[in-house]
Amino acid sequence: MSEIAQPASLALAVSRPRSPPFDWRRAVPFLLAAPLLLYMVVLYALPVVAMLLRSVNDPTWTLANYATLLDDVVFQKTFWITINTSVTVTLGCLILGYPVAMGLVRARSMAPFILVIILLPFWTSVLVRSYAWMVLLGRHGLVNEALLALGMIDRPIRILNTPLATQIAMIHILLPYMILPIANALRQIDPSLIRAASGLGSTPFMTFRQVILPLSMSGVAAGTLLTFVLALGFYITPAMVGGPRDITLSMLIAQQVDQLNWAYAATLSAVLLATALAILAVARKLPGVGNAFKTSMR
Amino acid sequence: MRLASILPASIVGLILFFLAFPIVVVAIVSFSSATYLTFPPPAFGLRWYEAYFSNPDWLKPTWVSIWVACAVVVLATFLGTLAALGIARLPKAMRIVAAGLILSPLIVPGIVVAIGIYYAYSRYGLVGTPIAMVLAHTCLAVPFVVTSVTASLSGIDPRLEQAALSLGATPGATFFQVTLPLIQPGVLVGALFAFITSFDELIVALFISGTGAVTLPRRMWDDLRFQIDPTIAAVSTLTIVLTAALMGAAHLLRKRAERTRTATSSAVA
Amino acid sequence: MSSAGTNGAGSGKGASVTLSNLEKTYDRASAAAKAVDGVSLDIRSGEFLTMLGPSGSGKTTTLMMIAGFETPTAGDIAIDGKSVVAMPPYRRNIGMVFQNYALFPHLTVEENVGFPLKQRGVPKAERARLVAEALELVHLPGYGARYPRQLSGGQQQRVAVARAVVFKPRLLLMDEPLGALDKQLRENLQLEMRRLHADLGITFIYVTHDQEEALTMSDRIAVMNDGKVAQVGTPEDLYDRPENRFVAGFIGESNFLPAVVRGVENDVVIAECDGALIRALCPGRPSSGEKVTLTTRPERLRFADSTWIGEQMPQNRLSVTVTEAVFAGERCRYMLQAGDGTSIVLKEPSSAAIRRRAVGERAEIAWSVADTILV
Ligand SMILES: Nc1ncnc2c1ncn2[C@@H]1O[C@H](COP(=O)(O)OP(=O)(O)OP(=O)(O)O)[C@@H](O)[C@H]1O
Ligand SMILES: [Mg+2]
Repeated sequence: MSEIAQPASLALAVSRPRSPPFDWRRAVPFLLAAPLLLYMVVLYALPVVAMLLRSVNDPTWTLANYATLLDDVVFQKTFWITINTSVTVTLGCLILGYPVAMGLVRARSMAPFILVIILLPFWTSVLVRSYAWMVLLGRHGLVNEALLALGMIDRPIRILNTPLATQIAMIHILLPYMILPIANALRQIDPSLIRAASGLGSTPFMTFRQVILPLSMSGVAAGTLLTFVLALGFYITPAMVGGPRDITLSMLIAQQVDQLNWAYAATLSAVLLATALAILAVARKLPGVGNAFKTSMR
Repeated sequence: MRLASILPASIVGLILFFLAFPIVVVAIVSFSSATYLTFPPPAFGLRWYEAYFSNPDWLKPTWVSIWVACAVVVLATFLGTLAALGIARLPKAMRIVAAGLILSPLIVPGIVVAIGIYYAYSRYGLVGTPIAMVLAHTCLAVPFVVTSVTASLSGIDPRLEQAALSLGATPGATFFQVTLPLIQPGVLVGALFAFITSFDELIVALFISGTGAVTLPRRMWDDLRFQIDPTIAAVSTLTIVLTAALMGAAHLLRKRAERTRTATSSAVA
Repeated sequence: MSSAGTNGAGSGKGASVTLSNLEKTYDRASAAAKAVDGVSLDIRSGEFLTMLGPSGSGKTTTLMMIAGFETPTAGDIAIDGKSVVAMPPYRRNIGMVFQNYALFPHLTVEENVGFPLKQRGVPKAERARLVAEALELVHLPGYGARYPRQLSGGQQQRVAVARAVVFKPRLLLMDEPLGALDKQLRENLQLEMRRLHADLGITFIYVTHDQEEALTMSDRIAVMNDGKVAQVGTPEDLYDRPENRFVAGFIGESNFLPAVVRGVENDVVIAECDGALIRALCPGRPSSGEKVTLTTRPERLRFADSTWIGEQMPQNRLSVTVTEAVFAGERCRYMLQAGDGTSIVLKEPSSAAIRRRAVGERAEIAWSVADTILV
């Protein structure tokens, strides 16, 4: 028995994989990534986590801060306004964004021009764009002047500092986030499919319903989620053009920090963050969304 | 048939108008000669640009913003490029964790990041210093550098690096003579994005710029509280032009990199 | 010309390469899947050796191990007698041409070709001279200032070759360097590769899965299958004397005849096949009664009733029925069936003077003992 076992184990030893004791080249990727990871942990992740911890350890370890939210009227109203605004804005972006995405994909010579019109506001700061809407929607703004001139109103109406102003400005700001993923998905539809559909006698509308729309759903889902999550965290726009009483979660958090109410601010932050992450976690499970996200985040 | 194609086109045209018009209005207002905000302007002039360029209250924040953004570019591009090179070669599980941390500022609501940073930085007396602005803005800018560099890295044929090694280039020489030149457009695009991210950033600035490091967006925000005179329109127009110029540059860089790449591979295919 | 490489190992301009029991397993978890499984090869100085084999047979993996981009799981690689397994690729001084050429897109042709010289610290003036010389060698003088994207596929390939030889390596590795080119261009470049090999006198290891390319260019061919070397030999060796069924079937077309050994005379085996006694060459000594397979090439078979001017009718005969007759220009191709159902292909040079066989016709075929191999 042992005479047979010995050569076998010897052969094994001979053909064992070569593994050098320590190959410093293998450590290179870690060494390259380490400075940034360390930087992000110390200057970004730990600060945020430390702040969030105030929601459970102020003054002692407790979940009481979260429990009180259940009958906190201010929070509930704010949360509702935030969700409501986000839904409205997302729907608005979807309705306005889809046709533009199709136009962008269909257009040939016009495509670069359309892209510039989409991207220029995209890269203009949120502050400047919100300011633009202040100019347009103000009491003596262009919109009021136009309505007056057309005789549709007798006196300037109040648009600035209403929820409507917030919604219009947010749609304007978030529209590119909806357009780009949808356009990405549309671009990936094989044109021969559309030709095949019309060759089989389907009308343009039927082709849209039965071919284009289903195949672009991954882009629609990605754009919708991205828009919604970004809308949840909006602060500057509602603060600038929104109504004084239509406070979003972000604004409430800022207020609480101003009053040095850290435990409450941290609790609200945790809720806001958890909502956003939960939506993204669900979204990643949807087929195709993960990819569409990746391509559109570039 | 005619109507079927004109109707959608005009709808798209209207939405594009909705997108572009507010920005155009800001630009037009900035050239107004009126002393108050009105549209259309009674006459055109450069008085609001003069007001901007002659007022140290505006110029000082502008310089702060530019200095902070430049420092962010250096820091974020350096750290981000190194990390992108490392992450591409990390084992999968670690890659996901690292990418998750680095990209998270794109998703985490701005106010949460801002107050977290304010909370921690204020303990170390950093609030109100340009250093704090640079440190914080770098966190926000780094995701753009990493994604941009990663994208250009993944476009590199691994055989190019092998070819360099087979031709006698050491790993170091391969990196500096082959890999780095090939990802250079991606690095530059990332740097431009980093600049714009910092230059336009407001939420973090609201909390940590204090009185010692007031940036341009912060100054605009403060000003808007009291008045909306057309000086802000002039400032806005200038930032729009700057942003557009940088984005145009980024776009050209990307296009050029793509052309180089596709041209070589299509000749083979 | 083709014998330029038969100098002793280590001498001459070319390196000798010895692979001994080379093994590579990519996936350590499943040791069963060996990409390269015990390859041993002696490549002589100045030889043009081609590795030929179906997709996935381990050709690229073997080449990558010689170049140093993959570490062998077991076994050894020696260049000029010295083991290089522990040596990083940039110290091995081996020229390499990749399938997609891997030209640096950000460098001009001149800079691409000068790249290896720059790494070796060759001064600028000397570099320019050597680059010009190398471009001359591949017939691309005057293209130095262009970028790779401004060249055609064939030109890019030549630049890749120039870059791989400009630093005068003693060994050149090429992985399907003509794979992406059209047929006409391939044939031209095949001739150029041959010429280049003769001019440089260095050792070439060439990978392809195109057997015609392998047969026309190589001094010797190593046929790879499933991570192993199925046979090494000159093109004539492989074609006329395949050592196993895989090589017989992979290189050219072969007929396989089942037979039973009846006796052995010197180097010739006598076997019974469909009632006829067939003689075949065989290096080994199979025992009587053993079941074997005989192989023979379709173009070496003839109909027994053809005219045999100045030659004797060969010894091996078999009765068959014609089941298919195809006229293919320069040749007629017949599908035949032996009494035991074995299908046999026969190719006959076409001539208006030769009678065409009709389907269903019975015939006798004949072929020589030298063209019959036991595998
Ligand atoms: N990097 C790798 N990781 C895992 N398996 C690999 C890798 N490279 C090759 N293999 C596997 O090793 C085997 C041999 O591959 P190899 O590329 O050497 O074949 P080849 O003979 O060059 O084929 P082809 O003619 O298609 O180029 C294949 O089964 C392949 O799937
Ligand atoms: Mg291969």
